[in-house]
Amino acid sequence: MTTNPTPTMQPILQARNLVKRYGHVTALAGADLTLYPGEVLAVIGDNGAGKSSLIKALSGALIPDEGEIKVDGKTQKFRSPLDARSAGIETVYQHLALAPARDIAANLFLGRELRKPGPLGWGLRMLDHKTMRKETARIMGDLGLLTIQNIGQAVETLSGGQRQGVAVARAAAFGSRVIIMDEPTAALGVKESGKVLDLIAGIRDRGVPVILISHDMPHVFEVADRIHVQRLGRRIACVQKTDISMNDAVSLMTGAQTPPVGHDPEALPARLAVR
Amino acid sequence: MNSVSATPGPAPAKAPDAPTQRKVGERLDQQPPVSFLGRVQRQMHAHPLLGPTAVLILACVVFTVMVGPRFVDPLNVSLILQQVQIIGMVGIAQTLIILTAGIDLSVAAVMVFTTVISGKLAAEAGLPAVVALVIALATGAACGFLNGLLVTRFRVPPFIATLGTLSIFTALNLLASGSQTIKANVLPDLLLWPGETFRILGAPVTYGSVLVLLSFVAVAFILKRTAWGEHIYAVGDNAEGARLSGIRTTRVLLSVYIVAGIICAIAGWLLIGRVGSVSPFSGEGVNLASITAVVIGGTSLFGGRGNVLGTLLGALIIGVFSNGLTLAGVDVLWQVFTTGVLVIVAVGLDQWTRKVAG
Repeated sequence: MTTNPTPTMQPILQARNLVKRYGHVTALAGADLTLYPGEVLAVIGDNGAGKSSLIKALSGALIPDEGEIKVDGKTQKFRSPLDARSAGIETVYQHLALAPARDIAANLFLGRELRKPGPLGWGLRMLDHKTMRKETARIMGDLGLLTIQNIGQAVETLSGGQRQGVAVARAAAFGSRVIIMDEPTAALGVKESGKVLDLIAGIRDRGVPVILISHDMPHVFEVADRIHVQRLGRRIACVQKTDISMNDAVSLMTGAQTPPVGHDPEALPARLAVR
Repeated sequence: MNSVSATPGPAPAKAPDAPTQRKVGERLDQQPPVSFLGRVQRQMHAHPLLGPTAVLILACVVFTVMVGPRFVDPLNVSLILQQVQIIGMVGIAQTLIILTAGIDLSVAAVMVFTTVISGKLAAEAGLPAVVALVIALATGAACGFLNGLLVTRFRVPPFIATLGTLSIFTALNLLASGSQTIKANVLPDLLLWPGETFRILGAPVTYGSVLVLLSFVAVAFILKRTAWGEHIYAVGDNAEGARLSGIRTTRVLLSVYIVAGIICAIAGWLLIGRVGSVSPFSGEGVNLASITAVVIGGTSLFGGRGNVLGTLLGALIIGVFSNGLTLAGVDVLWQVFTTGVLVIVAVGLDQWTRKVAG
C-alpha cells in the first residue's frame, strides 16, 4: 500500500462538505471531492449514492445547500452552468445536452456562438458561421473524430458514439481546467466505448484532468488514476487504482466492505507522485 | 477572441503502437445503400422546403390547366398576395413560437385587439396616427409578454396559456370596441396605408403585401444569421440541453413571445388596410390558418426544425388552393376539405422524415 506524505500539489478542483436536500431526501450528506491536475478521477457508487448530485453541484447545474467548491484554491459559488463554464469546468452530460436537429458546428458552439467582428457582431449579434465551421473542423480533426465535409451534418443523423464524440469534443475544446463526464459509455457498444476511453486518455495527456462517472468497472480500471467511492451521499473512500481490485471496489460501493484503515482520500495519484 | 483551443497543453507524442488515431478517425458519410424512398426521406430531411415548394408549383400548374390563363394573370396573382398577407404575417409570429416547441392560439385575438386600440385612439381620442400605431405595437408586445410570462415563469403549457389569453384578449377587444366598427372615413391615412396600391406590370400591388414579403426575408435572415435565431432553434430542439449549454432559455422564450406579439400588431395594421375599417369581428379563421400555414410549410410542431420561408410557401399554398378552387367554380367546402388533407399530409411527412434520425 502506497502511503504518500502530505500532498505537495494543489488540487485543481476541491469540494468540501457539500450538502443537498430535497425535502426529506438527502442527496448529498457532506460530500468531499479532490481532483489533482493531470489525473483521471473515477467516481463510482450505487444508484442513489449521490454521484449525479455531486457532479451537478460541480458543474453548476444545482446549487448545494451547504459546503464549498474551490477551483485552484479559490472558493467559487456556481449559480448556473454558465458560472462553472467560465471557471473552466466543462461537463459532458449523460444525455449529452446536444440539439439533435442542429449541425455539428452549431452544437459545438451552442450557447457561445462566435459573432462577426465589429458592429454586425455586437450590435446585430450576427454569427460568424464561417469561422465556427473552420474551428469545428479543426477541433474534431485534432481529436481524430471527423472528416471536414461532415461539419454540416445534423447531430441526430450520427451514431451514438459519434454523438458522444461531438459532446466530448465540445468539452475538450472549451474545458480549460476540468472536464467532467457523466456515464459517457453507458449507451455505447464495445467498440464505441473504446473510442471514448481513448478520448479520455487523450484529454488527460493534453494536461486536462477528467472526472469520470461510470458504472462500468472495467472502463474505470482501464482509464482512472484514482477511484472515488460515493456512498449514501458522501465520499467513503478514494483509493489508488493500483491498490484495489474490481471486486473490492464493488464491495466498497455496496457497503459490503469498509475502506482500508489509514487510507488517505487526499493522496496524490500514484502515477503523478512517482515523478 | 481566443476562447477556443483544443490543445490546452502540448500533446505528448503517442506511443508508436497506439492505434488511437486510426481507430478513432471515422468517416461519417459512409452510409449503407438506401432505397429510393429512403433517399427521398433523407433529401426531405436535409432540405425541408422541398416538399412545400413542390406542392406549390404543382398546385399552380394544375390550376393553370383547370382555370386557364385567368389564374396566372398579374391581377389574380396580386389578389392572391393580398388574400394571404394577413395569414402570412401572423404565420411569421406563429412560426417563431412553434420553433420553440410552443403554440400560440391567441395570435388572431392579439391582432384584432391592436386594431381596435389604434383605431379608437386615432379616430376617437384624436391622437396622431403615428402615436396610435406605436401604442398598438406596444399593446401587441404587452400581450406577447403576458403569454411569455405564463409559459416561462408560471410554467403553463403554451397551448393552455394561449387558450386562456385567447378568451381574455377577445373579451378585451369587444369591451374596448363596444362591438362597434370604425369606418374608413374617420380613420387616418396612415392606418389605411397598407391597403394602398402601386402598380407593377399594370397590376395593383398593395404596400401590405410588400411589407409581408420583406418581413419574411428579414425574419429568415435573423433566424439563420443571429445568435437569437440559433438559440430559438436550440431551445425548441432540446430545452434542457440548451440550458445546460449556457443558453438563457427563459429569456429566449420570453423574447420570442414578445416579438410574436409585435408581429401580430403589425398584422393588425395590415388588416385595417385590407378590410378598410376596424372591426372587432374581422380576422376570423386567421388563428388556425396561421398554424396551418406553418405546418404545411414543413415546420415541426415538436419544435426546433423548420423555416419561416416554409410558412410563406404554406400561406401561398393556402391562398392558391382557395383562389384556384374558387375560380374553377368548386364548392367552397372543398377548399376547407383540401386544407384539412394538406395539414394531415404535412404532419405525416414531418413524422416520417424525422425518422431519418434512427
